[in-house]
Amino acid sequence: MITDAAPIVTARIGSPLSWTLKSALDRGAYEGLRKALTMDPAEITQEVLTANLLGRGGAGFEAGRKWGMLAKGDTKYLVINGDESEPCTFKDHMLMEEDPHQILEGVLICAYAIGASQAFIFVRGEFALGLERMTSALNEAYAFGAIGRNILGSGFSLDIVVHPGAGAYICGEETALLESLEGKRGYPRDKPPWFPAVKGLYSAPTIVNNVETMSNLPWIVTNGGAAFAALGLGRSTGTRLFSVSGHVKRPANYEIEMAKPTFRDLLFDPSLGGGIRNDNALKAFVPGGVSAPWFGPDQLDMALDQDAVGKAGSMLGSGSVVAMDDTTCMVRAAWRITRFFHRESCGQCTPCREGGGWLDKIMRRIELGQGRESDLELLLDVCDNIAPGLGWPPQKTTICVLGPSIPSSITSAIRMFRDEFLVHIKEGACPFGR
Amino acid sequence: MARLTAENIQRARQLIALYPQSRSALIPILHIAQEQDGWLTPDGMAHIAELLDLDPAEVYGTASFYDMFFTHPVGRHLVSVCTNLACLLNGADELLEHAQARLGVAPGGTTADGEFTLEEVECIAFCGAAPCLAVNWRFFGNIGTDDFDRLVEDLAAGRLADDVPPHGTLNRVRRRVGLMAAGPAPALADGTASEPPS
Ligand SMILES: Cc1cc2nc3c(=O)[nH]c(=O)nc-3n(C[C@H](O)[C@H](O)[C@H](O)COP(=O)(O)O)c2cc1C
Ligand code: SF4
Ligand code: FES
Repeated sequence: MITDAAPIVTARIGSPLSWTLKSALDRGAYEGLRKALTMDPAEITQEVLTANLLGRGGAGFEAGRKWGMLAKGDTKYLVINGDESEPCTFKDHMLMEEDPHQILEGVLICAYAIGASQAFIFVRGEFALGLERMTSALNEAYAFGAIGRNILGSGFSLDIVVHPGAGAYICGEETALLESLEGKRGYPRDKPPWFPAVKGLYSAPTIVNNVETMSNLPWIVTNGGAAFAALGLGRSTGTRLFSVSGHVKRPANYEIEMAKPTFRDLLFDPSLGGGIRNDNALKAFVPGGVSAPWFGPDQLDMALDQDAVGKAGSMLGSGSVVAMDDTTCMVRAAWRITRFFHRESCGQCTPCREGGGWLDKIMRRIELGQGRESDLELLLDVCDNIAPGLGWPPQKTTICVLGPSIPSSITSAIRMFRDEFLVHIKEGACPFGR
Repeated sequence: MARLTAENIQRARQLIALYPQSRSALIPILHIAQEQDGWLTPDGMAHIAELLDLDPAEVYGTASFYDMFFTHPVGRHLVSVCTNLACLLNGADELLEHAQARLGVAPGGTTADGEFTLEEVECIAFCGAAPCLAVNWRFFGNIGTDDFDRLVEDLAAGRLADDVPPHGTLNRVRRRVGLMAAGPAPALADGTASEPPS
């Protein structure tokens, strides 16, 4: 069911020059910060706990709980993850370009709540306009007195740095992001001991949160955590931005109330995805980023609820939903995703580095018509070596979860479209003509 | 040549001052070097190593991890065609084939006149306008083959120079404020920094 819940993170988007300070101030920017600065920091964390704000970066961990786990220390950092590179996710890109002041305001509120010494916003290097808009907003906010010394006369001070990445999917993983921010290759760190809240940037306690997570904070402080929790159902509270793409008629970002609408609403409602192009039949869809196992049309009526999707064996992940119609070659789709992971593996762990390469190679030969009868078993065997048992969430065999996510598309495609693989192998060609 | 210019040395020092540890400025400074020369030259990287008190191998070792950094010359226009899932579903393979034919180079190749380097890239988070591409990281969406040809002509003729700066120029807006720790916010840039295009 689509509700008329008012937008939270996209409220100002679409207004003229929405990324400028003047436009943002005319529409309430920094009011949440003003209020926050009159509150006790612990009260803010309490409001975020009451809101049950789930992290919007992919793992869906409660933001307030994470802040509560931050180790004590004189030096603590706040690092914002704006590296958005999970394929088919394009919401943070939009937030950084269209409403950078909302992100800055959220960062200031969070830094005040957790007592951060300094904050860094890690922006994906490829987002040239995003970097320009964020930097411009930063300059404006310093001049306005919202960043720097004695913010808005409150006595609270903070510096923020906008930091460009340089192209590497793995730097979205929070510990790789911290390595990269330290000027190194983006190699994820092993947990334990490298839980950022305990041992993060420069080994100091660090909170890493996503851009959209931050963007919700001004509203939560202004309206109260209870008002946020009143939206959605169960643990899936508030609204959320979904990136809808693939074979829908209206690919775009949509902010909707969580848990009440279903995947069918998101893909088919005329105000949202608008249905499948040419009114073709839907064959399958990716429910939460290409790391997630796929769903079929029989799962369209599932609610956009983090726990429901998790129970069904996949995840809402990064909030990207990709529709594939009945003209899609599923071998090719799964191979493309596999090729992505192979290319982006950082190479530290054998199952990921080697397994990804093998899967890429086998998928390639099936799609190009050189597959063997034994290849399906071989694919599943390699997948099982990477993620034993092939369950979801996958077992941890590697330093980070990029590796164990590689099998998702292949095991989904084999489970749902085994015959399509067999036709490729038997006929020695792709039946979809490529 | 190819060491950082005096102005860029100053920019590098300003960046170093923003971080608790100087090495954090490495990647931002590499972007400046790539803006200066269009790619990362051995001399440029050695110079950055001096500025950060690192071994040149540490600078090269870091740079070589990242897709955006080139340690060999590339064209003035880096054309990055996305072929990941949303684009694949909307004709990206055909677009890439067309781009190869139009430019006469395979992905990774540079045209003889040094104008264009073509590459196939992973999702650039512009999937709502699939199939899409970026030129020097300025995005262009819903690109059919005719649109591609027109884009290439416009770029070659310099008609898009305001929107698409030469390869390497990433962020045209300079940070204008220092850190509190460095004293009362000194003006960092020359004050003439351009605002982002609207
Ligand atoms: C391979 C990989 C890639 C990731 N990419 C991103 C990303 O691009 N953006 C993001 O916010 N989180 C990403 N994450 C999740 C982060 O590790 C982290 O959980 C998140 O930034 C925390 O913020 P949140 O709690 O506000 O969601 C990624 C995780 C993995 C394993
Ligand atoms: S799982 Fe893959 S990406 Fe993650 S640390 Fe290991 S090799 Fe690197
Ligand atoms: S899949 Fe091409 S931009 Fe995302």
